Amino acid sequence: MYLKKNIATSESGFIFNPTTGDSYSANPIAATILLKIKEGLSDESIKDYIKENYDVTTSQIEKDWDDFTNQLKAANLLEN
Amino acid sequence: MQTNNQLLTIAVTGLNAIDSPGPGVAVIRALREGLPKPLRIIGLSYETLEPGIYLHDLVDKTYQIPYPAAGTETLLKRLHYIHEKENIQLIIPNFDAELYNFIKLGASLKSMGIVTFLPTIEQFDSRDKINLYSFGEKFDLIVPKDKTIYTVEELFACSESFGYPLVVKGKYYDAIITHSIDQAQKAFYKLSAKWGTPIIVQQFISGTEINIAVLGDGKGNTISSIPMRKLYITDKGKAWAGITLEDDSLIALAKKFVSATNWKGGCELEIMRTTNGEPYIMEINPRFPAWIYLTAGAGQNQPAALARMALGETVDPFTDYAVGKIFIRYAWDHITDVHEFQQISGFGEL
Repeated sequence: MYLKKNIATSESGFIFNPTTGDSYSANPIAATILLKIKEGLSDESIKDYIKENYDVTTSQIEKDWDDFTNQLKAANLLEN
Repeated sequence: MQTNNQLLTIAVTGLNAIDSPGPGVAVIRALREGLPKPLRIIGLSYETLEPGIYLHDLVDKTYQIPYPAAGTETLLKRLHYIHEKENIQLIIPNFDAELYNFIKLGASLKSMGIVTFLPTIEQFDSRDKINLYSFGEKFDLIVPKDKTIYTVEELFACSESFGYPLVVKGKYYDAIITHSIDQAQKAFYKLSAKWGTPIIVQQFISGTEINIAVLGDGKGNTISSIPMRKLYITDKGKAWAGITLEDDSLIALAKKFVSATNWKGGCELEIMRTTNGEPYIMEINPRFPAWIYLTAGAGQNQPAALARMALGETVDPFTDYAVGKIFIRYAWDHITDVHEFQQISGFGEL
């Protein structure tokens, strides 16, 4: 999963799409994931990071990951 | 351009910084910020309560001028009087309705030593909303389908062709979105009573509203283009807050418009970008928009660049601007005294 190159994110979870002018607020875990995506980590590496650092099952991660990905797609923040 | 010790005097219209604002005050702010001092700003007003008249830190002196309907001769006579007192070097008109007269007077003003930087009558007419569809076809620009009508009966054919919602627009201003023939008829009567006929009936386009402030040099070059998305819209459809965007396709659209028309001066492209990404040009305003100060805030001071070109300077096209710059308009109660109101009301000068 790749964010569009010009999408601006901050550690506080603020997301800005300069093409549309839309902005969003991400919660702390979503902000962490977005930073990891921007760092170039693969989906699997990020999921492993979540497993190691949060009390969550693999099946729950997969479910939440799909949901999160769909939200990013709907917000037009991902590369096609 | 004047050197630092030469007074540059510029006259500006559109001082009505109200809820449906004219661009004059924003233009003046940009001029004061972007041009060398000393600068003397002469306000040209139509009504006595245009706020810019009383903002003396921005406007040095204001003169009332006749309404556009009075014609070019009356306007020229008044400008002669003002010029004798103020030695104006440049006039920047900012209202659609007055532009025709100022364009017509271009040569006369030049002979008086006053320059303007305006589109030609042909350029001005070609982008008129009555001609927008043929304009789009001619220059391969995406515009909504429309039909110019003179009678209410013609609405039936329009609704069959375009379906609903249907946009009913006045000749000069105002647009009403209608969802039935009853609503469309009501809109027709309301707008024709206010602005006269014809009425323009337009296909409804849904999407995101984006505006582009554009400055052309009259030779096909785009000196500046700044796209802005409205973040807060008033009940009159005016931007109360907006943000600069980064989108090469919008810049390319502005350049295509300017090179196709050789547009001279400032203008505003009103765009509706559909969910498929198609940029429909909904309207082309032939002057700076009221949010023009954002161009200065974003690093492309369009009014100052226009003034430099008008005064004979060569201005290179801007190449960069700040994305994510936001303007937020605000209301401010300015206090003045009745003697100022009396001065402008009674003598037409302040």
